[in-house]
Amino acid sequence: MIEIENVSKTFTLHNQGSAVIPVMEGATLAVAPGDCVALTGESGAGKSTLMRMIYGNYLAASGRIVVGGVDVAAASPREILELRRDTLGYVSQFLRVVPRVPTLDVVAEPLLAVGRPRDAALDRAHELLARLNIPERLWGLSPTTFSGGEQQRVNIARGFARSYPALLLDEPTASLDAANRETVLCLIEEAKARGAAIVGIFHDEAARDRVCDRVIDVSAFTPGSA
Amino acid sequence: MTPLLQVRNITKHYGARLGCGDVSFDLYPGEVMGIVGESGSGKSTLLGCLAGQLAPDAGEVLFDTRAEGPRDTLTMSEPERRMLSRTDWAFVHQHARDGLRMGVSAGGNVGERLMAVGARHYGDIRAQAVDWLGRVEISADRVDDRPTAFSGGMQQRLQIARNLVTGPRLVFMDEPTGGLDVSVQARLLDLLRGLVREMGLSAIIVTHDLAVVRLLADRLMVMKDGHVVETGLTDQVLDDPQHGYTQLLVSSVLQV
Repeated sequence: MIEIENVSKTFTLHNQGSAVIPVMEGATLAVAPGDCVALTGESGAGKSTLMRMIYGNYLAASGRIVVGGVDVAAASPREILELRRDTLGYVSQFLRVVPRVPTLDVVAEPLLAVGRPRDAALDRAHELLARLNIPERLWGLSPTTFSGGEQQRVNIARGFARSYPALLLDEPTASLDAANRETVLCLIEEAKARGAAIVGIFHDEAARDRVCDRVIDVSAFTPGSA
Repeated sequence: MTPLLQVRNITKHYGARLGCGDVSFDLYPGEVMGIVGESGSGKSTLLGCLAGQLAPDAGEVLFDTRAEGPRDTLTMSEPERRMLSRTDWAFVHQHARDGLRMGVSAGGNVGERLMAVGARHYGDIRAQAVDWLGRVEISADRVDDRPTAFSGGMQQRLQIARNLVTGPRLVFMDEPTGGLDVSVQARLLDLLRGLVREMGLSAIIVTHDLAVVRLLADRLMVMKDGHVVETGLTDQVLDDPQHGYTQLLVSSVLQV
C-alpha cells in the first residue's frame, strides 16, 4: 500500500548563507495492507520528515513514494489532494482548524468532503467523540479552546472518521491518560483489522510493541551513517 | 476533467514597469488557489487581468463556458464578457464599497444581480435576497437598510451574498478579509469555506495573509516582482518552501 524507495531529502536555507543540509538518504520501506510500521530513532533523526514526505507536506529531493498507486514525490497538487481525500489519512500532533467551527463539524469534515450525507457524517462524529471521552457539552464548541489532551483526541477522531486504506500517525497516544490511550490503541487495531496500512511514530514503547508489526530505525537513512 | 480556467503566459506592463510577467496555471472545478506576495508583487494586477478588469499585453485566459466550452475571455466581445461577470464569475473586492452600491438597500444590492440575469418577479427576488442575507448571517430585518448603516464586516458579508446569489462557478477575491478584525475574519473564513464546499466553487484568492491561505486554499502561488517564484500544495509551500523569497516570507510571520 505504501512503498518508499531510495528517498532522499535536503533542506536549502537560502536566507542563511544558502546552507544545504542533507537530512535523509536512501530511505526505503514498504507497508502492506493490515501492516503497522513504527518509525524510530532519536529526536532529529528524521521520523517526522519521512512521514511528512509520505503525506506530500515535504518535497522529496529524489526517490519514489508510492501510496495507493500514486507517486507522491512526482504527483501534481491535484493528485495529492485527491489522495488525501480518498486514501491517505494523517493524524498530526497538532490540531489546525478554522476558528469558531464546532468540534462535531471538525470531526465530520473528512466525511462531508467526500459527499457523505450530513446526518451519517455527524452520527460517526458522535460515535467517535463519545468513544474518546470528549464530554458531550463540548461538542458544539470550537476545539481551539480545549486542553491539549482534548485537542489531541479531537484530532484522532477526525483522523479515524473515515476508513482510510493508509494512515499516518504522529504520536497518537502522547498526552493521553490510560483509558483514552487504550481507546486509541483499539482504534488502531480495528484499522489494521480492516486492512489499513499504517506508519506511526510512537514514543510510548508499550503502545508500539502492542500495535506495530515492525520497527524501522530511520537513523539508518541519515546521510553518512551507512 | 477540463480545467475551469486555463491561464497562459499573462503579461502586463505599466509603461516600462512590469506588472506581472508570463504567468500560467490551470484551475480545476472546486479548487481554491491562493496568490500571495508582498504589496507591489503583481498579485492584484494578475487578478485584474484574469477577471477582465485590466487588459494584459499578452497571454490567454481560457474559461470553460457552459455553452461553448473553453473560450479566451480576452478576445471575447465586451457584452459577452460582461455577461460572464454577472453569471459565472464573481469578484469580491477588498473594500466592500467597491463591490456594493452604497445608495441601495441590502436587499436591493443582492436583487440587482438577480435582475441582471433576468429575474423579474419581485416576490422571488426579495425571497432569494432574504435567504442569502441569512446565509451570510445578516438578519432579515436589515434587508431594507443601506450598506452605509452596516459595519465593515457586515458590508463584506453583504458583498459576498451579492456575488454568490447567481450561483457563479468562479470567484475572484482580492484580500477578502483585509482590514477586518480577527473575530470577524474567522467568521468570514468559516463562511467562505462552507460556501466553497457546498456550492463546489472554484476560487482565486489574493492575499498577503499566509494564515488565510492555509485555511482556505488548496494550492498556492507565490509572487515577487511580477513573477511567480513558487507554486505547489498550500501546506507544502508553507511548511517546506523551496525558493529563498518564500522562505523569507514564511519565516517572517509573527507567532501569536
